[in-house]
Amino acid sequence: MTKVTMTVNGKTVSGEVKGNTLLTEFLREDLRLTGTHVGCDTSQCGACVVHVNGEAVKSCTMFAAEADGAEVKTVEGMANADGSLSVIQQAFQDYHGLQCGFCTPGMVMSAAALLKDNPKPTEAEVRDYLEGNICRCTGYHNIVRAIMAASGQDVPAVAAE
Amino acid sequence: MPKDHGIGASPKRREDVRFLTGAGNYTDDINVHGQAYVHFLRSDLAHGKINSIDTSTAEGMPGVVRIFTGADFEGVGGLPCGWQVTDKHGEVMKEPAHPVLAQGKVRHVGDPIAAVVADSLEQARTAAEAIVLDIEELPAVVDMGKALESGATKVHDDLSDNLCYDWQFGTDTETTDAAFKSAAHVTTLELVNNRLVANPMEPRVAVGDYSRAGDDYTLYTTSQNPHVIRLLMGAFVLGIPEHKLRVVAPDVGGGFGTKIFHYAEEAFCTFAAKACNRPVKWTSTRSEAFMSDAHGRDHVTKIELALDKDNNFLAVRTDTKANMGAYLSTFSSSVPTWLHGTLMAGNYKTPAVQVNVKAVFTNTVPVDAYRGAGRPEATFQLERVIDMAARELGVDPIALRRQNFITQFPYATPVAVEYDTGDYEATMAKMEELMDIGGFAARRKASEAKGMLRGLGVNCFIEACGIAPSNLVGQLGARAGLYDAATVRVNATGSISVMVGAHSHGQGHETVFPQVVAEMLGIDESMIDIVHGDTSKIPFGMGTYGSRSLAVCGSAMVRATEKIINKAKKIAGHLLEASDSDIELKDGMFSVAGTDKSVAWGDVTLAAYVPHNYPLEDIEPGLEETAFYDPANFTYPAGAYACEVELDPETGKVTIEKFVSADDFGNVVNPMIVEGQVHGGIAQGIGQALLENCAYDENGQLLSASYMDYAMPRADDIPHMASYVVDHSCQTPCTHNPLGVKGCGEAGAIGSPPTVVNAVIDALHSGGHTHVSHIDMPVSPSRVWAAMNGQ
Repeated sequence: MTKVTMTVNGKTVSGEVKGNTLLTEFLREDLRLTGTHVGCDTSQCGACVVHVNGEAVKSCTMFAAEADGAEVKTVEGMANADGSLSVIQQAFQDYHGLQCGFCTPGMVMSAAALLKDNPKPTEAEVRDYLEGNICRCTGYHNIVRAIMAASGQDVPAVAAE
Repeated sequence: MPKDHGIGASPKRREDVRFLTGAGNYTDDINVHGQAYVHFLRSDLAHGKINSIDTSTAEGMPGVVRIFTGADFEGVGGLPCGWQVTDKHGEVMKEPAHPVLAQGKVRHVGDPIAAVVADSLEQARTAAEAIVLDIEELPAVVDMGKALESGATKVHDDLSDNLCYDWQFGTDTETTDAAFKSAAHVTTLELVNNRLVANPMEPRVAVGDYSRAGDDYTLYTTSQNPHVIRLLMGAFVLGIPEHKLRVVAPDVGGGFGTKIFHYAEEAFCTFAAKACNRPVKWTSTRSEAFMSDAHGRDHVTKIELALDKDNNFLAVRTDTKANMGAYLSTFSSSVPTWLHGTLMAGNYKTPAVQVNVKAVFTNTVPVDAYRGAGRPEATFQLERVIDMAARELGVDPIALRRQNFITQFPYATPVAVEYDTGDYEATMAKMEELMDIGGFAARRKASEAKGMLRGLGVNCFIEACGIAPSNLVGQLGARAGLYDAATVRVNATGSISVMVGAHSHGQGHETVFPQVVAEMLGIDESMIDIVHGDTSKIPFGMGTYGSRSLAVCGSAMVRATEKIINKAKKIAGHLLEASDSDIELKDGMFSVAGTDKSVAWGDVTLAAYVPHNYPLEDIEPGLEETAFYDPANFTYPAGAYACEVELDPETGKVTIEKFVSADDFGNVVNPMIVEGQVHGGIAQGIGQALLENCAYDENGQLLSASYMDYAMPRADDIPHMASYVVDHSCQTPCTHNPLGVKGCGEAGAIGSPPTVVNAVIDALHSGGHTHVSHIDMPVSPSRVWAAMNGQ
């Protein structure tokens, strides 16, 4: 067992982990941050995306020990300080960008990472960026609209082009 | 102006905040104090005889609580099938035993052989590796045609062969044959409806818990219908009476049919919780899901369409082989029969329709309902053969369809159902308008200038939803009623909890159902909450599938709310010293007609619970009503879909450039949610048409058991927003339920696969590849390229 210490959603946390404990297991089982989901076992669905030191990471592909000393952000840490939904979260609700909600945490975290690097993505860039996030409910249409809206773009105008 | 509340409005979903902040409560998020974990050792052979299972070493390994095999389930019931089909000779279907853990033989890759319960999942997995299996591999039957050959290896030794049933339905043979003899033209098409895996993003999970103190059980499970699981598992598998068994399906991450069924893992965790005297938890991996979730589709069909000299449809005849897999899953037998044969008339007034279906056992994962369930298979055959006929006859495929539309309602089809209402011309015209069919020639020219081929595909569809009238389905072999139930509990201060049998796993019931009650009572939606997913809280309802939630459970909720209104009017009449027949309810106020005397909703509800001034001699205190609703008929959503594809003749790659759906769902309560349902269904239909395929090799090895091998639609497989419209403005309300709703959950998945394939064939013909009359789904680049090149 190895002791790890990291900052998760702004709080310093520590725990004893095995060498093969995945970051997603540490978050879900040890910290009980169950917003991060596991939808596959081949690192493809993206339901487990979190931010590690500001970068989007599939937490099922990273050992908890590798995140020692890192700054980790999960969907539980995405709302505004007053508890209201962040711009991206609010856009997902406004544009009905979620149905069952299972892929949603990964979608929100991926969207945030996209908009950090590319604040005004084209529709094609949004669709391309979501290659690593699978949704079975929405058909992606409203997720793409939500992300475009969260970036401040006029979605009806884009749709009318 | 669109409405901002009540029926017809699109309020933001109240479910969303918890899902967007990580506060959802899915089954895998539930941990019961002291729980152990189970790992299932599954067969890696498609077919084999179990000679021995040696668990002695594994039992001594660290953390192991107990190891179970099929022997532990001797005397325990098998997993039941909920629908008994009677074949064309009047004999009931063959119904092999389906044990919780394999007994004697393994029959598909993934068949559970042993279950290791341990303190940790890792310990359970490690111990499972130490179990020594002696399994003699047997030849596997995978291809349905070969499975039906005489002398074929039998999946079940105690059955005479691999034929589950040989079913015939609709017009008699003599009449059908005569129609074909008189035909001026007959079009024949052989096709495959590809095997799919539903793949809700949340894998299945089960947590069983047992209390010695009360001798009662709780099962937390990823289910679309907790009461169905309680009944099936309690009564048929484990022998637990309902009052000792609670089934909870909390937030469920998508279902698409595959979470309807009662699965072995649910029964195992419940059984083992008592046997081990510890809660037992199972969480499926995705790889495990591919080999243990029921699959969908997998039909092989020959369809013939007879037309007279004026291109009127005379007859349709189909011959289908439907894969059941190795065992009969809960509703498997009904899918190729009553959910498929009854829709073979489509939107057309074809006088003779005969459907023949052979259901076949093979050494593959059981096959059952997946979004649309039987209706996509019916639509695909019919709309493909009509398109092919139009091409053979050189007529416009839209005109050919129009000419044969049913236009008078109600309409009794030759395949047992009566369409109550519809307007197929309206949806066709709406589709043509939104698709800008007139501009297609120019768009094709532009594509050709880039070296691409462009095709236009159109089709119609109809489905039978709002499942289902109990007396009818009972005659057809259903072993359950298919009503639903709702309890409206009005609290003292006027807030309301509505307990419903329907289950929401993405559909947004918590938002939509209050819109209906709020509209009826004239109060704010925020005063109403929906309770679902827990058999200890909700009335006995049948759950959510078959686009039934609003049509059936919503109708029960309306009936219960009507009872509330009737009683509340009596109370209001007493308070206002008027006859209750003179009381009107509007905007949350009860008033005496023609006067200014009124009393507010909250005063009436308070009087019901604080009955100091109350007609106790006439009515009971309290304000809570339950209604069960059994539909008089199915509902019949219908529509017209169109798409344009670009096809790269160099590679065979197909891209969807434009997609339009024009649906008639009857009345619509929440347009935003309806459109979301259609988007999701169309994405799954595009997935089936272009990407998805569950593949087995000839030995029964599952080749597509992960997202590396099974192509799920991604965001860039779906048309861009500027060229994608889902419309539901054509509305012919259902005539037999109180809301006039028809259901929208499955339409997209039913309507869209033939749209895409029709467009691909059109593109190929435009490029001179006129020898290609059909390509089976998924229409992958390699299949297109092979077809273009005559391979």
